[in-house]
Amino acid sequence: MALKAQDFKTDAHNDWCPGCGDFGILNAIQQALAEMQLSPEQVLLFSGVGCFAKTPHFVNTYGCHTMHGRSLPFAVGAKLANPNLTVISLGGDGDGYGIGAGHFLNTGRRNLDMLYLVFDNGVYGLTKGQASPTLKRDIQTKSLPTPNINDAINPLAVALAAGYTFIARGYAYDGKGLRGLIQAGINHRGLALLDVLQPCPTYNTINTKEWFEGLEMDEETGIKKAANPRLYRLEETGYDPVVHDPNNSQEIAQKMLQAFQKSQEWGEKIPVGVFYQITLPTYEDRLKERVPALKQYTAATMPIYDRESGTPAVDITKALSELRVC
Amino acid sequence: MIGGWQGSGVDSSANTFARACAAGGLFVFGKREYHSNIKGDHSYFQIRVSEEEIHSHIDEVHLLATFDKETMEVHKQEVVKGGGILYDPSLFKPEEIGRPDCLLIPIAYSEIIQATAKEFHREKDIMKLQIMKNVISVAVSLGLVGLDFDLLKTTLEEIFKGRRAALAPMNVWAARKAYDYAVKDYQSEYPHRLKRRSIPASERRIMMNGTTATALGKVVGGCRFQTYYPITPASDESEYLESHPEFGVVVIQSEDEIAAITMAIGAAVTGARASTSTSGPGFSLMAEGLGWAGMNEVPVVVFNYQRAGPSTGLPTRHEQGDLKFALSASHGEFPRLVLAPGDLEEYFYDAIDAFNYAERYQTPVIVLCDKALANSTETIPWYDLDGVHIDRGLLLSDEELAVLISSEGTYKRFKFTESGISPRSVPGQRGGIFWKTGDEHNEVGHITEDPENRTKMMIKRMKKLDVAAREIPIEKKVNFIGDRDADITLVSWGSTKGAILDAMEVLKAEGIRANFLQVHLILPFPTEFVAQVLSRARRRVNVEMNYSGQLAQVIREKTGIPMDASILKWNGRAISQNEVVEGVKRVLKEQESKVVLTHGT
Ligand SMILES: Cc1ncc(C[n+]2csc(CCOP(=O)(O)OP(=O)(O)O)c2C)c(N)n1
Ligand code: SF4
Ligand SMILES: [Mg+2]
Repeated sequence: MALKAQDFKTDAHNDWCPGCGDFGILNAIQQALAEMQLSPEQVLLFSGVGCFAKTPHFVNTYGCHTMHGRSLPFAVGAKLANPNLTVISLGGDGDGYGIGAGHFLNTGRRNLDMLYLVFDNGVYGLTKGQASPTLKRDIQTKSLPTPNINDAINPLAVALAAGYTFIARGYAYDGKGLRGLIQAGINHRGLALLDVLQPCPTYNTINTKEWFEGLEMDEETGIKKAANPRLYRLEETGYDPVVHDPNNSQEIAQKMLQAFQKSQEWGEKIPVGVFYQITLPTYEDRLKERVPALKQYTAATMPIYDRESGTPAVDITKALSELRVC
Repeated sequence: MIGGWQGSGVDSSANTFARACAAGGLFVFGKREYHSNIKGDHSYFQIRVSEEEIHSHIDEVHLLATFDKETMEVHKQEVVKGGGILYDPSLFKPEEIGRPDCLLIPIAYSEIIQATAKEFHREKDIMKLQIMKNVISVAVSLGLVGLDFDLLKTTLEEIFKGRRAALAPMNVWAARKAYDYAVKDYQSEYPHRLKRRSIPASERRIMMNGTTATALGKVVGGCRFQTYYPITPASDESEYLESHPEFGVVVIQSEDEIAAITMAIGAAVTGARASTSTSGPGFSLMAEGLGWAGMNEVPVVVFNYQRAGPSTGLPTRHEQGDLKFALSASHGEFPRLVLAPGDLEEYFYDAIDAFNYAERYQTPVIVLCDKALANSTETIPWYDLDGVHIDRGLLLSDEELAVLISSEGTYKRFKFTESGISPRSVPGQRGGIFWKTGDEHNEVGHITEDPENRTKMMIKRMKKLDVAAREIPIEKKVNFIGDRDADITLVSWGSTKGAILDAMEVLKAEGIRANFLQVHLILPFPTEFVAQVLSRARRRVNVEMNYSGQLAQVIREKTGIPMDASILKWNGRAISQNEVVEGVKRVLKEQESKVVLTHGT
């Protein structure tokens, strides 16, 4: 029986503010998983801590709502222990680019076959709206006593430098587009960063739905219309993010440069879509070369004992012989 | 004792000497001391060899091998009257050494090396061959104590094998020359002798250090996932595992210790037996992760190789300063087990037990190792695996999960049970979906702040400790050694064990009867047993390598029983057999209530 988005829903109580962009992302995740016909039991979600981090509770798959900023290393451990699972790590902009920034960078060095999806709302939602690492300088949201004194980081550019092999940006209310990006990120064989612009109507009173979509009230009808949408799709401009020959260092340099340039666009025009993609050997591939047993098993499924007798499965006689002195 | 600047081959000479002695059936205990520096600073290795079993080092040095001035200056006063000192005559005149009461043995290192180079037509490599000083000093030492040359020859041939096999004949040749020199000119004047022990056919002995012992225990215990962030002295363990891919352990060097523990937890969530090994600073960073694992009932195993703190402290030196921290690290309350192995056998078997406990009680297990044993080399009996078994607790097979679901409807990861332990599924299993969260949660794992649920969930988790306390047999919790009605009861934990056991023999010979209570499982604390022993003890003395007597505090908290006196040491150098003897005498004869030990260089 074909799986539907409904099969990925739970009855856990949802306490996000009305109109929160997280709802859009949650729906897109559920729909993407359903469309991919992934068995809920084969999917393992990790999240950090923040408003966004409650997401796994609303998705009917295995889920771990972990520690603030630590979604990635939890997910890395799980994925490496059982690469057969579809592991998705969810982060927040404060969570993933602030307190968890070290993991954000270092996971880039590992090219695991995994999607890292970041709910990027420019604020620390759950702690009442402080500026997050992606809020631009001099912006003053309703909850800030003074304008933001820090500059913002550019997560896409950082991901590019860190070694992510799939880098994309989505938008929380772009259901279809976001679904596609989630699927592309999961299907990408390697480490995917999907930064999702997520309006937080409660605290980020600047980068709102209206702001992103250029919605303006039609004075006569009272209906909001997209007069000047800031968001545009990269794919509609003929932009090709893919490195077609991963052995061609010139092509890599050119595609990285192009992605870096695109990542700088902000303000009047904001691109969404895939910025960069390259297929390279994964960390799991590399581990298999190192540890022969991984060709046959995963760390999670490798037999460690005889279930009946409890006798350990690993024989260390050879190692002990090397240490034998008499 | 052999000393030299770090990186000059001190470790390998010590190892060669130890192996040659061990091959002769002798018991060996080696202790390595080094600075937090890579090349240049002084380091030394002290090897104690005996025809009887030994488990510790002693203060006296009977033979000191030097190549440089510093070793001589730092250690010459430690040599006993009549002991031997090997020195390079190009650095000192004998009278400059200032130990006319010792046998001074000049070794013309460069002459022997030159002769060897000539013999093997390697004159142009003379600089590289300087490393043979090590072999030469070992050969002279063995010659002096009267052990057969063939022990060294075989050892060298074992060391120089495979790719390095070509080096064997040259080293053996140089060693022979040095050995003959020692035997001919000095052996008769040197008073200390070692005799080969005849080895019963049934006896098999191995020699290793603490990090290798735990690594091997982890392998047998089914560890499949090990993370680490480099830190002295813990990294050696992970590096050993990494260099043996045939064991099938995935070893990940993480970006920091927060990642190390959270990766291990992530792996444990999937059902892999997972652990991480670290030392003080890293363990501090792991605190929040420990709490998450406790809250979510994840079996993760953490080895903390204690070293002298606080902060960076003495990063390459020894201390047992983390006990109270390990008992409570992380905010809030959750169950954990804390083990403190005291010798290389316990390092091995505890690694296995740690995983069994972690899975049986579905909670973090902390193993407190330390620098002293991490870097001590000892000959021990071959690890006997009879009776070793793996216990995965309530980890469900696919079939068991299916049965459970058919009888109970839905699966609940945190189901309230009598023991507090709930059947455990792993991702990928049909019908086993769970949610985990650092927030308080209900039985399926969703967040709830309901006060009644909170009360019950805390009880559920904490109850597992009571179950562990009931189930774990007393012989895994404590060791009580010696006469029941001894004059003095020494109470300790961890690596002081060896020095205490050896000291008890010495004390006995002097008519002082001591017994020894080793607290091996510190949480859950074996309150009843400890209280029983201590309430009958004549004189209770805690021996600890820390400033404040942390075990004594724990004992007082748990049993209400105070110590009569303490023997403490925190100068970064492991406790010697002599120091225990001295400490006991000061307590018994001088009535000192707090003995602070300070030996060691
Ligand atoms: C170690 C630690 N420090 C601080 C907090 C408090 N805290 C909870 S959520 C949060 C910020 C969340 O912001 P973000 O990651 O952007 O997620 P959002 O709430 O915006 O979805 C903070 C600082 C915490 N939980 N843990
Ligand atoms: S505070 Fe913002 S991010 Fe959090 S739930 Fe409310 S709207 Fe969403
Ligand atoms: Mg945020």
